[in-house]
Amino acid sequence: MKRYSLLLPVLLILGSLLPLQASRAADAAVPTQVNMINEIIEQGWRDFEIRPAPEVDDSTWCRRVFLDVIGRVPTNKELQDFLDVKDKDKRANLVDQLLHDDQYTEEYASHWSTVWTNMLIGQSGGNDRRSMISRVGMQKYLRDSFARNKPYNSMVYELVTASGSTKPGTENFNGAVNYLIDKVNEEKGVLATSSTSRLFLGQQVQCTQCHNHPFNQWKQQMFWEFNSFFRQSRSLRRFVDGTRDIDHAELIDQDFAGEASDPSDALVFYELRNGLTRVAYPVFTDGKPIEVSGYVSDVNRREELGRMMLESENLDKMAVNRMWSMFLGFGFTKPVDDLGPHNPASHPELLSKLAAEFRKSSYDLKQLITWITLSRSYNLAPVLGSNNEIDDPSIGEMPKFSRFYLRQMSAEQLYQSLVIVTDASSQGSYEEQERERNRWLQQFVVAFGTDEGDEATTFNGSIPQALMLFNGDLTKKAISTANGGFIDRLTKTGKSPRDRVNDLFITGLARRPSKNEMTIANKLLFARKGNEKEMLQDMWWAILNSNEFIMQH
Amino acid sequence: MINNWQTPSGMSRRHFMQHLAGSSAVATASMTMGGAIQANADEMRKKRKSAILLWMGGGPATIDIWDLKPGAPTGGPFKPISTTGDLQICEHMPMVAQQMEHLSVVRSMSTREADHNRGRYYMHTGYVPNPNIEHPSYGSVIAHEVMNQRPELEIPPFVSVGGASAGPGFLGMAWSPFSVTSNGQIRNLKMNLEDNRLLQRMAALDTIETGFSQRTRDLPASEHAKVLKKTFDLMTSDQMDAFRVEKEPEEVKERYGTDRFGQGCLLARRLVEAGVPFVEVDLGGWDNHNGIHTLFKDTKLPQLDRAMSALVEDLNQRELLKDTVVIWMGEFGRTPRINQNAGRDHFARAWSCVVGGGDIKGGVAVGETSTDGSAVESEPFSSEDLMTTVCKGLGISTEKTFTSKNGRPMKIAGGGKIINELVG
Repeated sequence: MKRYSLLLPVLLILGSLLPLQASRAADAAVPTQVNMINEIIEQGWRDFEIRPAPEVDDSTWCRRVFLDVIGRVPTNKELQDFLDVKDKDKRANLVDQLLHDDQYTEEYASHWSTVWTNMLIGQSGGNDRRSMISRVGMQKYLRDSFARNKPYNSMVYELVTASGSTKPGTENFNGAVNYLIDKVNEEKGVLATSSTSRLFLGQQVQCTQCHNHPFNQWKQQMFWEFNSFFRQSRSLRRFVDGTRDIDHAELIDQDFAGEASDPSDALVFYELRNGLTRVAYPVFTDGKPIEVSGYVSDVNRREELGRMMLESENLDKMAVNRMWSMFLGFGFTKPVDDLGPHNPASHPELLSKLAAEFRKSSYDLKQLITWITLSRSYNLAPVLGSNNEIDDPSIGEMPKFSRFYLRQMSAEQLYQSLVIVTDASSQGSYEEQERERNRWLQQFVVAFGTDEGDEATTFNGSIPQALMLFNGDLTKKAISTANGGFIDRLTKTGKSPRDRVNDLFITGLARRPSKNEMTIANKLLFARKGNEKEMLQDMWWAILNSNEFIMQH
Repeated sequence: MINNWQTPSGMSRRHFMQHLAGSSAVATASMTMGGAIQANADEMRKKRKSAILLWMGGGPATIDIWDLKPGAPTGGPFKPISTTGDLQICEHMPMVAQQMEHLSVVRSMSTREADHNRGRYYMHTGYVPNPNIEHPSYGSVIAHEVMNQRPELEIPPFVSVGGASAGPGFLGMAWSPFSVTSNGQIRNLKMNLEDNRLLQRMAALDTIETGFSQRTRDLPASEHAKVLKKTFDLMTSDQMDAFRVEKEPEEVKERYGTDRFGQGCLLARRLVEAGVPFVEVDLGGWDNHNGIHTLFKDTKLPQLDRAMSALVEDLNQRELLKDTVVIWMGEFGRTPRINQNAGRDHFARAWSCVVGGGDIKGGVAVGETSTDGSAVESEPFSSEDLMTTVCKGLGISTEKTFTSKNGRPMKIAGGGKIINELVG
């Protein structure tokens, strides 16, 4: 209980800082979009008669924004540099630095490439021998796109319309094709249809392949009309000379004769549940048709689709909903990629306005990230209090964003954090390190055994994850006392064991140890018979295994 | 808080369990475990109920396995054969046919979820997906309800073999499935550290952990602590021997089949024997939109036949079947109509599930479908009904109501009705 009383004064001090937040929001350095977000969110608090958590302290916020923007925790030095700044715009400046300073470009691009690779081709796409996907090719395309801050709409257009080869270094290489390469051949491109509408337009249509959806506006007809856009596309395997091993694959557009074998009237058939057969042509979700010809020289169907998608408001909404959820832990809808209309949003007005602003910014993802990270919700403490007890989406309530919701960091964020902070990776070329990381990540993937490639992760706070963090190789490396390792280097810094325990907590948890924690460290030192390295090792193990470390907070 | 740096590890272990567990019922039980309960263990063991779910990921064509339509245009090439029960099944399931006196087929399943994710959720929980709440799955519910029958259990009460299963929903992470591969090997199980030092590390961890939970008051923080406790239990338990399926005699391994599903079923038997209340074994690859019958005949059915028959036979011989309900199902069935790729597509309106063991009657075919298999022509049954019946077969009260974390009352198994033909 003593611990609790120690904390109370801290909370009080933070509470008194609240007015400062208001003045910061009015500052010229803060984009108007941030005020727009704050006004709508705060109106929600008034409507529900709740009061938000206090503003989060600088250290915790710094750790938070590093994890979300570049995918790892800050180093001791980075954290200290931030804390030393006295400027009142320091948070805005740090966001700016993470997004625009050259020293972070690579990490930024790599982090977002990882996030999008998992979304576009799954956590294991390309790892199976029979797969046509080049995971490396997908990542390369995305890394280049994020490094150049390619406008979001251009990226979507390229992913949907790309043709060329999957693998870097081959003729006609175009990494963007990896998104569709395994989705167009089987089952008439059903997977291309459902993935594209879900990922980019927030429309869940997979059920309507076989029947009208029981509670959304999508009809079976619309599914096959949307599907028709993908019917000129083919994935072709290219083999290693003289063998049947796939070297790479190529995505091409070719004339589509239609299922009635008349390319000038290239239609597809689908079957109603009662056995009747119907006909579909390419028609976009808003009812706009394109030419019925299947000749690529008359009309390239995917390019038409790409163009129409860019005009759809759902494209903007889906993008901001996803980005918001990645930073705040919950989107405006749940699931985040189902925009309804049967699925009401928690803040429909904010979703629309933010989407419109995103479009106005020419789909600049870095601006969107700036608005979100500077919004008041993103700057609140991760504390559920008596004033906002009802704001608990983890038990199924609509989010009010009156506090920062705890969520576990991803396996990738954990890995990257340990690699950067403690040099836990083995040495080697970029490719070798990528392979090692990929191998490590694969241990968590579990497949569901369906043709749609559904998968789940055991990196979800369950026992296998806990065992990995308790005893796994990554932890062993991170806590190693070997010469030149993290612990060894740490013992060569600071004045006393006390300093070094401080350092350990700042590195792992972005805070100093509490009195109790320092006491434990002392006891450990005694139990280790004065061997400080071993004490630090035990303490570091405890930090890495704690909820406070694994949670984004 | 730590005064026992030098105490024997047995003592301190309980001390830490107390700290890490908070108020969980499991921990309280193991805390009080002394001579008296130990002496009662055999008595308890006699009463304990378990369930094994054979999960057929992808949605198997039950019209080709359990409810054949020979002669109908939709019937496919397979012929029915007689069994030891009062029903016929597919000719490519001859070994299971010998066990059908213990198993019953519900041929009048009629559900509405024909999408993989929705169907998986619905069949696992008895509830349709709802964005505002996550329902607990079979394994979590049953483990939760029968845990009090096994105070001595130190390993996870819900084990998922070779697949992903479905989560604990509002019952919390402590009731989530423990996923293992079918060879029973568990990664990262050993720390190779002397006991005292492990305990001291745990003490340091507990201090950080508790502080964070108290400061944030947010659910994920305290859920994390519960999982740590279970992980620690498992690392230090002799009961983990149950996972070592390689210790089984060769002929037993052969009988189950040396493929992953066969070994998974064998592992399930070992776990149930060791007191695990719920085991789910995954066999994927049933999403057969193309070339279904060749695949069934050559691969899927022989594999299923061998492992499933071995499991039922073995459980019965060991007198475990009377206390162990076996469930076979996927997320839905498949269309009676065979499509142009010689496959069958998703179909939920009329299909079959299989149950047996525990207090469930075997050898019965419940309900019937039309001559082409496209409609149920008797009383239709749902996931809720099946799950309620399974609970009944395990002696779990079907009147039980959970309260979700936001205070909603939730009937166990979605408040389904009991399938009377299956339970006395």
